[in-house]
Amino acid sequence: MNTLSLITFIISLFALPQGTPDADAILKKVDANMTSKTLISTSEMVIYGRRSTRTITAKGYAEGHEKSFTEYLSPEREKGTKMLKIKDRLWIYSPSTDRTIQLSGHMLRQSVMGSDLSYEDMMENCKMTEIYHAKIAGEETIDGRETWILELTAKVDNATYEKRKTWIDQKRYVPLKEELFAKSGQLLKKVTLSGIKQYGNRWYPTRMNYKDMLKEGKGTDFVVTELEFDADIPEYIFTKASLKK
Amino acid sequence: MIKFLLRGILRDKNRSLLPIIIITMGVTLTILLSGFIRGVMGDIIDQNARFDTGHVKVMSRAYAEDKEQLPNDLALLGVDELLDTLRTDFPDVHWVKRIRFGGLLDVPDSTGETRGQGPASGMAIEIFNKSSGEIERLNIESSLKRGRVPQKTGEALIGNDFADKLNLGVGDKVTYVGATMNGSMTFMTFTISGMVKFGSSFMDKGAIIIDLSDAQTMLDMPDGAGELTGFFDEGVYLDEKAHQISQAFNERYAPTTDEFAPVMLPLRDQNNLAGYLDYVDSFSALFVIIFVFAMSLVLWNTGLLGGLRRYQEYGIRLALGESKGHIYRSMVLEAVLIGIIGSVIGTAIGLAITYYMQVHGIDIGDKMTDTSMMMPTIMRARVTPGLFYVGFIPGLFAMVLGNMLSGIGIYKRETATLFKELEV
Repeated sequence: MNTLSLITFIISLFALPQGTPDADAILKKVDANMTSKTLISTSEMVIYGRRSTRTITAKGYAEGHEKSFTEYLSPEREKGTKMLKIKDRLWIYSPSTDRTIQLSGHMLRQSVMGSDLSYEDMMENCKMTEIYHAKIAGEETIDGRETWILELTAKVDNATYEKRKTWIDQKRYVPLKEELFAKSGQLLKKVTLSGIKQYGNRWYPTRMNYKDMLKEGKGTDFVVTELEFDADIPEYIFTKASLKK
Repeated sequence: MIKFLLRGILRDKNRSLLPIIIITMGVTLTILLSGFIRGVMGDIIDQNARFDTGHVKVMSRAYAEDKEQLPNDLALLGVDELLDTLRTDFPDVHWVKRIRFGGLLDVPDSTGETRGQGPASGMAIEIFNKSSGEIERLNIESSLKRGRVPQKTGEALIGNDFADKLNLGVGDKVTYVGATMNGSMTFMTFTISGMVKFGSSFMDKGAIIIDLSDAQTMLDMPDGAGELTGFFDEGVYLDEKAHQISQAFNERYAPTTDEFAPVMLPLRDQNNLAGYLDYVDSFSALFVIIFVFAMSLVLWNTGLLGGLRRYQEYGIRLALGESKGHIYRSMVLEAVLIGIIGSVIGTAIGLAITYYMQVHGIDIGDKMTDTSMMMPTIMRARVTPGLFYVGFIPGLFAMVLGNMLSGIGIYKRETATLFKELEV
């Protein structure tokens, strides 16, 4: 390192606000809020189409980041459709045909029910610290709340998004905004998170707007109406047999 | 005069053989290349018209903007009423409803679990409505490799190569997984009634063809269709007619700003076919120009050599009192006769080879394994009325031009020095 670089490095160290934790420590606290051993949720997905708006309700069960199960409750067309994800494989049960269909690979990146969410987005429950390297890129105020801007770069090969830019609430350690990028650097999605509520000693956003940047429209709202963290989930839920029940 | 010149041409082989061979070769190549390019481009356009674009097509404005993505959420609704209007306003166009859709075909095993699957390019046509003419238009009967055309709801045809890939036989079941026009997930199980091979890699490797009524149920679009496709009663694409019809139709909806208002597009404004149509028109002209230029240079040179060889003949004719202009004109007339002979022979050979290429063609199926372009796997030439005369343009023009250039030398001869030149 030459002298100029050394001076620049030392100045940049002083330029950071005093008391700023390092990026990995921030991300660890975000993980503590956003992930749990198990999660049971009821949600509404509001899909804004060019002709009409649809609301789909679903009940989801998740265990760690490898197992999840979703049952669609309404509208009538979707009612009874179930999805089971174990590791990188997804099975969909269709009551109308009584068929269980397996999806894998690039199919998991397809839109769920015409929304701006992919199957991978829908079932994401991974710890960010396990997938991404983080660095602080700056600070910003969003709706009166101070945030750190973290730039995340994937450290594993199978990350859904190669890069993410995420705005983390400095007090509650939850993301308020995210930009998701492809390997090429293209911005794929923008996520706006709001309705932050406290559940025990964790904060969690209950309303998320996903905007697929490759599609027109105002995106899809994902609203969590009920949440239960670390509840006991019977093991049979995460079996293919439960799809036909 | 013509009889005299013809005798000279036939008796003096040195005068005519080389130019006739050159013209024959040039004319043959002109006809073969024109016929081939016309045949291949014509097949591409015809295949696009039958399978996709029609001669004209009506879609919603929003659908037309993103039609490559098959956006059925933006499809036309209330199509029966719109069809009635189209049939009344344009009675010499045959209108049919079509829905195109993408999705996944999943093949179950004996327990109903996924045994195999592949991405499918779906096409819903009016199979059960015999008056639609769709079965004949798409040559479905003659394209059937196995099985039969669907006869009842829940039956489907799939591409022959697609069936082989998924190890499917007639009577097997497949489940379509896709999205309705509202974006809901949709599943429908079909029984395979037959396998088709259209000679289009794109269709043969991924197509599923079902009746329109099944697609309307499956995709939640009763009285809806992605496309209303029109075919002229003449059976061929007529650019001017397509343009006039489209303009008349679109003017009616011009005042509305509704993004779901119908819009009509002629074939040339779809699938980038405008370029192809222009190619067809300009390629033959291009070949003719190239061959006129190249052959003129060769025949100019041949004429110069002939002029040198016939130096004495021209000298004697001048000495006998024949005017320079008369000699020059007789030379040009001789060139016209040689040009006609060469063009007739070249046209006959060119047409024969073109006809052979029309019947047998060149199979490029192996080179098109991954293409998604709608084009035939066998490239064939086509004998058209134009080919019977197109060869005469380079044949005659090049010969006459070449001789006119080389014959200019006649005017440089001086009568006063003729006897000295001829050493008499």
